[in-house]
Amino acid sequence: MAAVLATNIVKQFDEVLAVNGITLAVPDGEFIVLLGPSGCGKTTLLRIICGLERQTAGDLIIGGSIVNDIPPRARGVAMMFQSYGLYPHYTVRNNIAFPLRTQRASRAEIDRKVKWAAQLLGLSHLLDRRPRQLSGGERQRVALARALVREPTALLLDEPLSNLDAKLRASARQEIKQFQQRVGVTTIYVTHDQVEAMGMGDRIAVIEHGKVRQVGTPAEIYNEPADRFVATFVGSPPMNLLARNDAYLGFRPENFLPREMVDDGNGGVTEFSFRVDRCEYLGSERIAYGVIEGFESPQLITAKLPPAHVAEESIRPGEWHRFAVRNSALRYFDHDGKRVNRS
Amino acid sequence: MVTIAEPVRKQPVSRFRFILDRRDVLGALFVAPAILYVFLLVGVPFLLAVYYSISAYTIYDPSWRFVGLSNFEQVIQNPVFLDTLGNTFLFTFGSQLLGLILGKFGALLLLRPFPGRKIVRALIILPWAVPIALASVAWEWMFDSLYSVINWTLIALGVIDRSNAPNWLGNPHLAMLCVIVVNAWRFFPFAIVVFLAGITSVPQDIIDAATVDGAGFWRRNYQIILPMILPIVAIGLIFGIVFTFTDLSVVYLLTNGGPVNATSVLGFEGFQVGIVSGDVSHGAAISLFMLPVLFLVVIGMLRFIRRREI
Repeated sequence: MAAVLATNIVKQFDEVLAVNGITLAVPDGEFIVLLGPSGCGKTTLLRIICGLERQTAGDLIIGGSIVNDIPPRARGVAMMFQSYGLYPHYTVRNNIAFPLRTQRASRAEIDRKVKWAAQLLGLSHLLDRRPRQLSGGERQRVALARALVREPTALLLDEPLSNLDAKLRASARQEIKQFQQRVGVTTIYVTHDQVEAMGMGDRIAVIEHGKVRQVGTPAEIYNEPADRFVATFVGSPPMNLLARNDAYLGFRPENFLPREMVDDGNGGVTEFSFRVDRCEYLGSERIAYGVIEGFESPQLITAKLPPAHVAEESIRPGEWHRFAVRNSALRYFDHDGKRVNRS
Repeated sequence: MVTIAEPVRKQPVSRFRFILDRRDVLGALFVAPAILYVFLLVGVPFLLAVYYSISAYTIYDPSWRFVGLSNFEQVIQNPVFLDTLGNTFLFTFGSQLLGLILGKFGALLLLRPFPGRKIVRALIILPWAVPIALASVAWEWMFDSLYSVINWTLIALGVIDRSNAPNWLGNPHLAMLCVIVVNAWRFFPFAIVVFLAGITSVPQDIIDAATVDGAGFWRRNYQIILPMILPIVAIGLIFGIVFTFTDLSVVYLLTNGGPVNATSVLGFEGFQVGIVSGDVSHGAAISLFMLPVLFLVVIGMLRFIRRREI
């Protein structure tokens, strides 16, 4: 059974169409990531799911019942906000207890659940502190504890890591994911960061201009993008696109290598003449930017080279080189940007 | 090769050329007018009042004879003074409470979007901006014993009878109610501004979090928003209390302290005794009574704010 089911959700703000007919089913216990650029409608969708916004059209079903006109407090969802939304005048204990108090839980039950949530997230020693006395990572865990303490049907996370520094972000990613697997709560996670999406999601829904472009596992999204937007939005550097007649040919930078490094396999290879304009050395990889002879391309073509295998002297800026892509790694898109099997 | 060390030439510079770039000099220069202003217009009259209150100075006998605290003793023993002190507390806290309640509801209404909100927000400042002398004329007519528009409305609605219509400014209790209402009316735009500033400073994420956490309108307002804006409200309240406690304009214009001293407040009494009757030393003693009271109130509230600081 789907824990959360959105059917044809539309949200219109005055002139702006923020969500344009999104249908999405999130099975029980799944960790789904809504990924998209800023302003694509992903946060609006999340706010509709938790009831802070009312959709203009479409139905929302949570835990088997239609909740279109049910206020947030009765929907059984919990949300964690980008800035955490902790109550600054309450201690950690009272922050976590707040959702239970609104449900008029007994004092003993509140005590028990606050202890449970605090222990789960390693907050037991911080219960009497105020939010301003906590570090960013601790605040985030308090927000998570507050969201979980009333055992929601679905947990909604709105860019929860964007306030953490890069190092903390990596460990927090790990923590949230492990924690979600342990508790098994259905989780909808909004982010614009593809690393978070790829690393954490069981499935990813890529959203652009209020529409879902593709839903799939991280591997499907990366390897089998449904259209040009997904192909160029996911992956860093993005997929290379070559215009050919009225269609596009795409391949990932890591599949675009010097000819001698590409073995023919059974599908054969496609060769290109590649003029390198600039190289970036990034430690574990080297990225070459340039143009391909005979093709037009919306952006510079990139090749991701393993430095261990490609000596620095062999790829020099300003020179033409023979590069190739295995045919099995080529993707084709029609003039509308939709993926097609073979052109 | 790179040369690191080169001979440095020292240019002769006047000592005063960059004097205005120095923080200590420029800072003192900027603050000086304010200090001078406060000293001349607040400090000097205050010190003069302190001296009057311990002397036997009247306008008929301008002697600077030192009499110690006897003026204060005489003032305290006067039953009218004690009534006045009670009235002052009632007037101050009554009008502040009423003003705060009106301000809170006004702010909540003005936060909701509706057509013409900007105009209403501007108009709401009027009671505060209109000179109180002018507003008092309108209020006096509204409370007039014969032509009261309030009575006229109540009679038309059948709530009261023409024969026993209330004499608003003639009845001691009603007169106190009237000055409290007028002062609250004067104060509430300020309270609205304070509440608006407070409420709009609460991050939307926190209000949203409370909504998702299951808090309804009342819980959101009284358990989340109000405690968060309490320090700002308390600052507004300190201003309100200090200004009302020392104010005499509403009482002077509307009831002249009457009937029978029922609405007389400290500022008014000090003015009556010290200026109108010419007994400067006793007037100063009455007025100075406010100082320790206000001092304690302000200290208490500032401590409260510090404790509540988030």
